[in-house]
Amino acid sequence: MTPQEIAALLTEKFGSWILESKPDAMNPWSAIEPGAILEIAQFLRTEESLSMDHLELLGGVDYKDRIEVVYVLYSMKHRHRYTLKCRMPREAPALQTVESLWSVANWHEREAYDMFGIVFEGHSDLRRILCPDDWEGYPLRKDYKSPKTYRDMPV
Amino acid sequence: MEVDYSGDVMTLNMGPQHPSTHGVLRLELKTDGEIVADAIPHIGYLHRCFEKHVENVDYAGVVPYTDRMDYCAAMNMELGYVLAVEKLLGIQVNNRVRCIRIIMAELDRIASHLIAAGTYGNDIGSFTPFLWCFRDRETILDLFEETCGARLLYNYNWIGGLMFDVKPGFEKKVIEFVDYFEPQVENLNTILSDNYIFIKRTASVGILSPEVAISYGVTGPNLRGSGVKFDVRKDEPYLGYQDIDFEIAVGTGEHGPLGSCWDRYMVRIREVKESCKIIRQAVAQMTPGDVRESVPKRIKPPAGEVYMRTECPRGELGYYIVSDGGPKPYRLKVKSPCFTVMSAFREVSRGSMIADIVAILGSFDIVLGEIDR
Repeated sequence: MTPQEIAALLTEKFGSWILESKPDAMNPWSAIEPGAILEIAQFLRTEESLSMDHLELLGGVDYKDRIEVVYVLYSMKHRHRYTLKCRMPREAPALQTVESLWSVANWHEREAYDMFGIVFEGHSDLRRILCPDDWEGYPLRKDYKSPKTYRDMPV
Repeated sequence: MEVDYSGDVMTLNMGPQHPSTHGVLRLELKTDGEIVADAIPHIGYLHRCFEKHVENVDYAGVVPYTDRMDYCAAMNMELGYVLAVEKLLGIQVNNRVRCIRIIMAELDRIASHLIAAGTYGNDIGSFTPFLWCFRDRETILDLFEETCGARLLYNYNWIGGLMFDVKPGFEKKVIEFVDYFEPQVENLNTILSDNYIFIKRTASVGILSPEVAISYGVTGPNLRGSGVKFDVRKDEPYLGYQDIDFEIAVGTGEHGPLGSCWDRYMVRIREVKESCKIIRQAVAQMTPGDVRESVPKRIKPPAGEVYMRTECPRGELGYYIVSDGGPKPYRLKVKSPCFTVMSAFREVSRGSMIADIVAILGSFDIVLGEIDR
């Protein structure tokens, strides 16, 4: 399917949950209602004509006024790609986990939690993954100040 | 494999300083005798927050950072990045740059797969192939050194071109190497791939089914080892790979179930031969030209975002770059192939023997620099 067809299908199916679509962008995307991520992801994963069985990338972006989580999805069967974006306020961002659809989301979501402090509800093992467990702050946020010391060691 | 874990379960730490973990990786093993009930990977020992660093340097300055992710295949790491930025800027490189990039990427793929095969043999207990692989890899590193002065971390691919043109006689040396190297693959097969003990140790161990592999986002040789015919070079060609004739190497499961350690290992050996084919064609397609012809004076991509993926030796490497129109990347996210394959490790290794953990880990061919970034 072309990105235009995917965007049209999503709008037809989910209507107001699709906040904005840019199927002509270099990396075609749709911004969706964060609360609907699981349902929309489920549709993209299971719908026969879409079959997005490969979660290529899941990552956060801090836009200073909001936090965005980007899901780059790909279909091994139909060889097409589409990107979903969830925009959330910077204070206490939270999303439902998509671990049940793509196993790899487990680690990707842990990384997004570690770097941006995004909480994934229903995640089986939401711990820091790259930073130590007792690390403070979320390094990839734009207002992050790195600490001078960690456990009395200079950073 | 169904195992009864009712016995005493002991926790055993493997790593972070363990020779077979290929870097600083810690595996928390829950062992019941010799059987591993659970293996929990702990990563991050090499974490440098690369993605934060690059937000503070300009686009051209990011290239040396990308080298340091997968230091065994740095040429491929920087290639993915420069292609992503070129896509964002809308730059088309000339044919000479294209051919040299293909030659360098494929030589680096051979070098990287030689490390993979050599150290894998070493992990399993065969030392000679390790020396043979490193001997042949040396020739490739010499070629790199002659071209850009560095043996490991090159900074050779620039946005819009290359650092230097190749030296006169480079093409001849490359063809000489390929001529020499192709028969060496058969020697490696004789001593390692078809070795009875090696097959026994690897051929029915660490089965990764295609469905599980795709769900865990496993890519590259590890995915193809499970019999999935998918290669970014063929399925989403970049650098004109569509004009080059080569096959996608896949696992065939001739020594046991499909998707075993042996299959994953063997995909790499088969890929090395395909790389030789690609190099020959790229050398033949080379035309004269200026390699710095389209290097931009000032790199300020328009606001927007791009996702670009390339096939690096360990799988599909993706760069997601967000530009705000400034001289530095606003956000750069790397989709690391080793990171995703490592997330599948727990599932694959559950219920295996402790000695097989080493075999499974080696067959994944991970580089911790890229997992931890």
